Amino acid sequence: MSTLVKNIVRFCLFVLVQVFVLYQIPPLHHLVTPYIYFLFILWLPYKMGRRTQLLLAFLLGFALDSFTKTYGLHSAPCVLIAYLRPYLINLLLTREGSDFNYNEPSVQSMGLTPYFTYVTILTFVHHVSLFFLQALQTGGLVYFIIKALFSTAVSLLLILLTELLFSRKQRFRTNIV
Amino acid sequence: MRNVIIFFRVYFTFFFFLFLLGLSLYLLFSYNKFHNALYSEVANEVTGSISNQYNKVSYYFYLKQTNDSLVKANEKLYNQLREDYNIPDTVNRIFIDTLSTDSLQRFRRFLYREAKVVRNSVNQPNNYIILHRGSELDIRNDMGVIAPNGGVVGTVIEVSDNFSVVMSLLHIQSNTSGRLKKGGETGTLVWDGVDKNILLLKDITKSAKISAGDTVITSGFSEKFPEGLLLGYVKDIINDKSSSTYTVRLRSAVNFETLQFAYIIENLQGNEVNQLLKKVKSK
Repeated sequence: MSTLVKNIVRFCLFVLVQVFVLYQIPPLHHLVTPYIYFLFILWLPYKMGRRTQLLLAFLLGFALDSFTKTYGLHSAPCVLIAYLRPYLINLLLTREGSDFNYNEPSVQSMGLTPYFTYVTILTFVHHVSLFFLQALQTGGLVYFIIKALFSTAVSLLLILLTELLFSRKQRFRTNIV
Repeated sequence: MRNVIIFFRVYFTFFFFLFLLGLSLYLLFSYNKFHNALYSEVANEVTGSISNQYNKVSYYFYLKQTNDSLVKANEKLYNQLREDYNIPDTVNRIFIDTLSTDSLQRFRRFLYREAKVVRNSVNQPNNYIILHRGSELDIRNDMGVIAPNGGVVGTVIEVSDNFSVVMSLLHIQSNTSGRLKKGGETGTLVWDGVDKNILLLKDITKSAKISAGDTVITSGFSEKFPEGLLLGYVKDIINDKSSSTYTVRLRSAVNFETLQFAYIIENLQGNEVNQLLKKVKSK
């Protein structure tokens, strides 16, 4: 599958899973709201232009917002993590030339620890900004900080499961024929 | 000037980021205005039809509860039939009204219309319900919505051709007038965004005698709901020493999670009242 088709499919799937599975399941506790849709942003190719990433992140958030009728609530955190993503990748990508040999961030291309640091930081940033925006509208800042922590933990667990269940096999690309 | 242009070019990505972030925040904090925008109506149709497909499947899992609630609602209505009452006094004879039945519509104040719930959420701080009935079937903004058991669900805030969006009671900005059935003290029903089963009734005077289990009903002061619809049952009282009023915690009367059908209430005399109010204000 070409990168474009793959990402279009992912975009739709992540939004639908978030809306019709994760928002629909009875909450474990009112402190826990799991999120997984932003994994789309984390999985975008290395080579993609930064402005395209930002725009895609905005569209992703906006698509989700159209379902939940909270325009802007999910797009703001998405744009934020899409902006932070390249910096974080630069910091964490220790293997020389990984971004040339592999398509997108994964355990395979980045190594286990850097990849999970990358996912953890961006998940945390996403959740804190999302719940902070909710807290601005509703009040109860401490409640939302605790909620962000618990939700991050559960979301990370879900992301781990996703990684294990849907292993993304990537070809090692090289210019040596 | 040249330097300024270079500066913008170098940091263009950053400005693009700021632009998108600003746009998101603008949409977020001015969403009431945005709700009336054209996009919102189109999006409503699209997300509504996707939700409708999804609901066709998920509805089967709630058939039993839905059936039970409808049977209960029917039982309640059967018990209100005139045939159930044996009026002992022969003076109270029932006369058939000689007015034609259509003209009764002049006296009708509230009209109920059924609607299927196609999407529902309870986990967010701002929950919306989407109903499969829109402006083509006479739904307009600001109509009240109730559940089959007679409990208040919310208010219609956005309508497209075939779907309407309801602001649930489980919404931070939801604001309904409620009254204690026993004592008659009125307060404002709000939600704090924490527990989906707990609603808050604010501004109850401290002279009110409240005990756990008391019923709270709509006051009938708003145009949306007739008087006496269920809101919830008193759970406990938060006694804030610094304030002169009680805040009462309620168990909500409606189970928002399993909601599959709703009734939309139209106030046929609402326009008249609004026009009257407008006239008073313009004076």
